[in-house]
Amino acid sequence: MTKVSIIGGSGYAGGELIRLLSFHPLVQIQQVTSRSHLGEYVYQTHPNLRKVSALKFSDPQQLEPVDILFLALPHGEAQKQITGLAEKAGKIIDLSADFRLREQDLYEKWYGKPHSAPEWLGKFTYGLPEINRTAIQTADYVSGVGCNATASILAILPVMQSQFVDEHEPITIEIKVGSSEGGAEPNPGSHHPERSGVIRTFSAFGHRHTAEVIQAFPIDKIWLTMTAVDLVRGVLATAHLQLKDSVTSKDLWKAYRSVTQENPFLRLVNEKRGIYRVPEPKVLAGSNYADLGFALDEETGHLVAMCAIDNLMKGASGTAVQCMNLMMGWDEKLGLDFPGLHPI
Amino acid sequence: MNTVNCLECDAEIILQSDVEQNEIIVCPDCGVDLEVINLDPITINLAPMEEEDWGE
Repeated sequence: MTKVSIIGGSGYAGGELIRLLSFHPLVQIQQVTSRSHLGEYVYQTHPNLRKVSALKFSDPQQLEPVDILFLALPHGEAQKQITGLAEKAGKIIDLSADFRLREQDLYEKWYGKPHSAPEWLGKFTYGLPEINRTAIQTADYVSGVGCNATASILAILPVMQSQFVDEHEPITIEIKVGSSEGGAEPNPGSHHPERSGVIRTFSAFGHRHTAEVIQAFPIDKIWLTMTAVDLVRGVLATAHLQLKDSVTSKDLWKAYRSVTQENPFLRLVNEKRGIYRVPEPKVLAGSNYADLGFALDEETGHLVAMCAIDNLMKGASGTAVQCMNLMMGWDEKLGLDFPGLHPI
Repeated sequence: MNTVNCLECDAEIILQSDVEQNEIIVCPDCGVDLEVINLDPITINLAPMEEEDWGE
């Protein structure tokens, strides 16, 4: 069995990692660290893991060597500790935003401060298999993904790969997000009377995840607008793009079929019957699937491209486990076969 | 084995050997209803479907 440990396991992404890795057939969780919950049973923070995991949160200072380390620390922490952590494991998957961007200047522009370990930026591979599978397979250090960036990148991936997009026109992506994106630490905006029933645009443009989309695709003008909605889990990205004149609806079907066949966790949802005609995050809760959909106005060439995910799964921990499978040369879907629930 | 291509999404659809004229078949990819309007040669057309509109 491959030994793994999770650094900073008391947050939501950490909890999802423990859940997924507890049922993974080829790994054994060695330690889950947490300073704030030191000595407590893991299930006392993640109640769904009662009778699943008998682990207690351990002291990060007493970290033992393992094969793979998952870092689920608050943003900004991994870059301070990376040199020491790298001495504990040959492979690291960092779920934070610290090593997602390759260039120091890009990090400073979008995160508003210098990077503490810029020499490590080039050592990490961006951990979204759908755009980086080959590089991840040979990488020792892989970054996590931003959930909103993941939904945005996957929403437009088929048309970007097929070069259908009119590059002179801007791309606008409207993103509806659930409350778990905000993490396990409360803030005034997450207080129940303030958050419940909300439809609140909290970032019209300039959200940090925009940088990951720009890094993935050479796009001059792209805007991501974030709106908090009354969900716990889930992201729905709705992209508006202008296609080249010659692109037809059948061309799009071909492009989407190709992308969904190449990627085991991408599904095309473009139904003409029933109520689930387009991607919807609700049925993806707990699942690593990303559902893609599209609608083309053939008169104008205006495309609406959609992607729904569970932000804690495909947008964080699920993709991290998918990356581990690739790094280890295992079946990419191992431990990730839960299809979600319906009804929910 | 007769096949046709969906008029909506271009998916290849395999027809049953006993398919009948005016039979409604469903595209396995996009779920659109297609009516077999001729058997020789096999010809299909989009059949009317219920639209969804929650905006009213």
